[in-house]
Amino acid sequence: MPARTLYDKLWESHLVHQEADGTALIYIDRHLVHEVTSPQAYEGLRLAGRKPWRVGSIVATADHNTPTRDWDKGIKDPVSRLQVETLDANIKEFGAKVYFPFLDRQQGIVHVIGPEQGATLPGMTVVCGDSHTSTHGAFGCLAFGIGTSEVEHVLATQCMAMKKPKAMRIDVEGPLGRGVTAKDLILAIIGKIGSAGGTGYAIEYAGSTIRALSMEGRMTLCNMSIEAGARAGMVAVDDTTIHYLKGRRFAPKGALWDRAVAHWRTLVSDPGARFDQVVSLDAAQVQPQVTWGTNPQMVTTVDGKVPDPKEEKDPVKREWMERALKYMDLKPNTRITDIALDKIFIGACTNSRIEDLRVAAEVVRGKRVASSIKLAMVVPGSGLVKQQAEKEGLDKVFTAAGFEWREPGCSMCLGMNDDQLSPGERCASTSNRNFEGRQGPGGRTHLVSPAMAAAAALAGHFVDVRKVS
Amino acid sequence: MEKFVRREGLVAPMDRANVDTDAIIPKQYLKSIKRTGFGPNLFDEWRYLDHGEPGMDHSKRRLNPDFVLNQPRYRGATVLLARDNFGCGSSREHAPWALLQYGFQAVIAPSFADIFYNNSLKNGLLLIRLDAKAVDQLFRETLSSEGYRLAIDLESQTVTTPGGQRFQFDIDPFNKRCLLNGLDEIGLTLEHADKIRAFEAKHRERQPWLF
Ligand code: SF4
Repeated sequence: MPARTLYDKLWESHLVHQEADGTALIYIDRHLVHEVTSPQAYEGLRLAGRKPWRVGSIVATADHNTPTRDWDKGIKDPVSRLQVETLDANIKEFGAKVYFPFLDRQQGIVHVIGPEQGATLPGMTVVCGDSHTSTHGAFGCLAFGIGTSEVEHVLATQCMAMKKPKAMRIDVEGPLGRGVTAKDLILAIIGKIGSAGGTGYAIEYAGSTIRALSMEGRMTLCNMSIEAGARAGMVAVDDTTIHYLKGRRFAPKGALWDRAVAHWRTLVSDPGARFDQVVSLDAAQVQPQVTWGTNPQMVTTVDGKVPDPKEEKDPVKREWMERALKYMDLKPNTRITDIALDKIFIGACTNSRIEDLRVAAEVVRGKRVASSIKLAMVVPGSGLVKQQAEKEGLDKVFTAAGFEWREPGCSMCLGMNDDQLSPGERCASTSNRNFEGRQGPGGRTHLVSPAMAAAAALAGHFVDVRKVS
Repeated sequence: MEKFVRREGLVAPMDRANVDTDAIIPKQYLKSIKRTGFGPNLFDEWRYLDHGEPGMDHSKRRLNPDFVLNQPRYRGATVLLARDNFGCGSSREHAPWALLQYGFQAVIAPSFADIFYNNSLKNGLLLIRLDAKAVDQLFRETLSSEGYRLAIDLESQTVTTPGGQRFQFDIDPFNKRCLLNGLDEIGLTLEHADKIRAFEAKHRERQPWLF
C-alpha cells in the first residue's frame, strides 16, 4: 500500500460512496450539537418528517447563550432563553447519547466537554455546527465545522457530502521557549500563512514541538486552524493522546480499550506520505504573540510595534490595515507594551482548560490586578474544569488577585450572553477571534495566551510574560 | 431551495478584504430559532448608526449614510462584489440567509472562506470566484457607472458585463446541478441509504468503540 497521511487514513476509513466527480459521502461518528446552529436543522427534520439517523452519535450541550453568573436566576434574556429551551425540547423529542443542559454540573463549551468526556476518540469523524470543531482533530480525528444545512444533513443521513480538501502539513521543530505556549505558536502560524492560508486544506501539525505538546496544547493549536482558513486541523496519535483518554467516561474499557489502542496506534502519517503543501517553523523563533487588528492574521510579537500601513504596497491590504487601526484606535508604530487595557478575559474553547487556568494562576498568584482594569474574568470551559480548578484552589488565587470567577460557557468570546465589551473598551482575550464587534459592539479585542492575559491584567497593559517574575 | 438559472441584476461594491461572518450578521441575531427575518440585519453594525437588537423595528433605526449599501444608487442590488476571503470566521448559516433575505442572489469575489462557501450554495446563494484582475475591473466599472448591472448565467458559467465582456467561472458540477434544479441534498443522499447502512454495519464491526 502506498504511504498514506493520517488524513488519507481517516478519509478512506469513512468513505461510504464517491461520485465520478469526486463528491464523497463521509460517514460521521460523532455529532456535537449546541443551541445556536441546531434549531433550524431540527425544524427542517420535522418539516420533512425525518428522524435522526443515529441518536447515539449525538452529544449536546447549551453553551453559547448561557449566563456565567447567577445561575439560580436562570437566563434573563427571553430570546436566549427560548433558544436554550428549544434545544432542550429538540433533544427530548429526537434524543441524544448524552445531553449537558444549562445548569448541569458537567455542562460547558461543546469543544471542551467532547474531549474531557472521552466522547471524542481517535479515528473518529466529528462534526458540529461550529467552526471551532477543528479542535477535536488534536485526537487524530477528522473534525469539521459545518453550517446548519449540513447539521440537518448529518442528522438525517449520518453523512457529510463533500469533496476531499487538500492536505497541508505544518512542521514545527525544537522546544518552545519559556513562557511561549501553543496559543503563541498558532498565532505565529496564522501570522505566517495568513487567515486564508489554509483555505481548501486540512492541516496536520507535525514535528517534535507538536509531539512535546500536551493534549490541551494540541487542542489550542487545532482550535485555531479555522482562523488560518482550514476547516480541519489534526495531530497524529501517540502516548500523550492515549494517556489522556484512559478512564474517561465514554472511552472504551477493558478488552475493547486494548483493541482500540492497537488501532489508534496506526493513526499517524506514514513516512514519505504526500502532502499538497508543507510549511515549516522553528519553535525557537516563536515569541509571545499579541494581535493588533481585527483579524487573527494581524498579529505581532510582544516586543513588536503596531505596523504602519504606509509601508504596505498592496492597496487593498493597506486599506484593510488602516480600517483596522481606526477601529482599534491604534497609531502606527505604537509599542505593543504601551497598549493599555480595560478588560481581561480568560476563557473560550481556545484556552479555558485546566492547564490554561493553571498557567494563568501561576502568573497572578499573590499579586493584584491593576487598578485601571475594569474587569478581569476567568470563565472555565466546563463544569468539570471548574471543579478541578476549585479542588486545586485556583479559584482562590484568581479571586484574591481581583479576578471574577464565573460559571462555564462561551461567555465573552462572542458575548451572546451578558458578558460583553462596551463600545471602545479594549480587552486582552484568550479567545480566537478579534473581528469587529466580536466581544461586543465597538469592543476592541487583542488575542493572547492565558499567561500573557494574566500578566497584562497585573500590569494594566501588555507586558512580556517572560519578564514577569 | 429555489432554482438558480439566469439572473441579471444591479451590482453593489463591498470594497474590503476578509469580511467576516460577525460583520455579515452580528451575534445577537443568532439567537433566533427561525430561518428567516435576517435581511434587515445584514451588516448591522456598519449599516446603522445605533446598536441593534433582535425584536427592534429596524425600519426606524438611523442608517449610516456612509455605508455603501445605504447609498440610493445601490438600492435593489442583487449582486454583491467583494474582495478576498469573503465570509471568513464562524460557521453561522445566518450569514448566507441574511444576504439572501436582503436581496442578494450572487456574490462575486476572488476567494471565499470554505464553510461560508458551502453554506451559501446549500441555500441557493451563488458564489462566483473570479481572478483578482477581473474583480478589480468589475469594481472600477461598478463605481464609475451608476446602475451597473451584470448578467449571471449558471448554465454556461458566465458573468457578462453591460459592455458584453464575458468572464467564465468554475463551479463544482454537483453543486451546479443542485443549484440549477433546486435539489434537496438530503433526499439525494438518502438514495444511498442502503450503502450507508452497509457501511455502518462494517464500521461497527471494525471499531465497535465508536458506537
Ligand atoms: S468559546 Fe467562542 S469560539 Fe468557542 S465555541 Fe464558544 S463562541 Fe465559539
